[in-house]
Amino acid sequence: MSLEPETFKSLVRAAADQVIASAPELTALDQAIGDGDHGANMKRGFEAVLGKLEVIGAQPLDEALKTIGRTLVMTVGGASGPLYGSFFMAVGDALSKKRLPEDLAEVFGRGVGAVSARGRSQPGEKTMLDVLFPVLETLKSEAGHPNLIERVRVTATEAAARTAPMLATKGRASFLGRRSVGHVDPGARSSCVLLHAVCDSLEVG
Amino acid sequence: MSDLVGIVIVSHSKDIAKGTADMVRQMVGSKIKVAFCGGNPDGGLGTDVSGIIQAIDIAWSPKGVVILVDLGGAETNSEMAVEMLRPERRDLVVVCNAPIVEGAVMAATEAAGGSSLEQVRAAAEELSAG
Repeated sequence: MSLEPETFKSLVRAAADQVIASAPELTALDQAIGDGDHGANMKRGFEAVLGKLEVIGAQPLDEALKTIGRTLVMTVGGASGPLYGSFFMAVGDALSKKRLPEDLAEVFGRGVGAVSARGRSQPGEKTMLDVLFPVLETLKSEAGHPNLIERVRVTATEAAARTAPMLATKGRASFLGRRSVGHVDPGARSSCVLLHAVCDSLEVG
Repeated sequence: MSDLVGIVIVSHSKDIAKGTADMVRQMVGSKIKVAFCGGNPDGGLGTDVSGIIQAIDIAWSPKGVVILVDLGGAETNSEMAVEMLRPERRDLVVVCNAPIVEGAVMAATEAAGGSSLEQVRAAAEELSAG
């Protein structure tokens, strides 16, 4: 896994483009069980990230991830801003002391832990953590596997789909109670979109 | 007036945030600093961390600031905003677990009497205890 500045920049661009392209789908999911703003919020946040791409590309990786996190916190305008923002800021922080690819699971785990702390949430509550935790488990159990990227992609897809039958107990969807059952969680879906974009980009690069 | 705890109202709706701040001012007067923010950066429904940080600056008092929030995202974003403050300010800003309108009025009434940050927070949070 090489992460040269140009590779990282194209990775960020690809991830942002994918999130922006998925905004209508995220909005539709959020209209079913939330307040319908997840697509627009994520689009606004990742457009702001694209606007800072030159700055981000010129920074060391740990600082670049913190810049992405702070940008999302400041621009997303929903609960997902601090959640995704905390993820990237914690990952950046962890990276300043760790190395890739050998510490990938640990670094990713720091980000997942930050999301869990920020949202005071655990897996099984129909949130983005229901994608992030299974992916963390895959990164741990399949570390060094030649098909790790494909395993992560499959894990993310399956985990996002598994949020459909879950009952939401956190976030706006929890107000719906039983009516949240049957819909994929928008945050789980946006996490899946981001992870797929990163996987695709790493494979190409 | 800067020795009274300040109040920040954070709602998903600018109208609710402004209306709550208006009610507070009408009931306790202009003795205390009240700031509000509502809506996302595009003007739609939502909350905005940079807007919350600005509101904390406006309501700032050396005695501290209490924040009243409506739904989940307002709380998450307010906690995030507090963490992004300068270190010396962080411990002087608290997010209250209280209903936004009643909590704001109770907090402001308590603050207007010169109470401490913890007393103001407790006055607002009493509403949630019962």
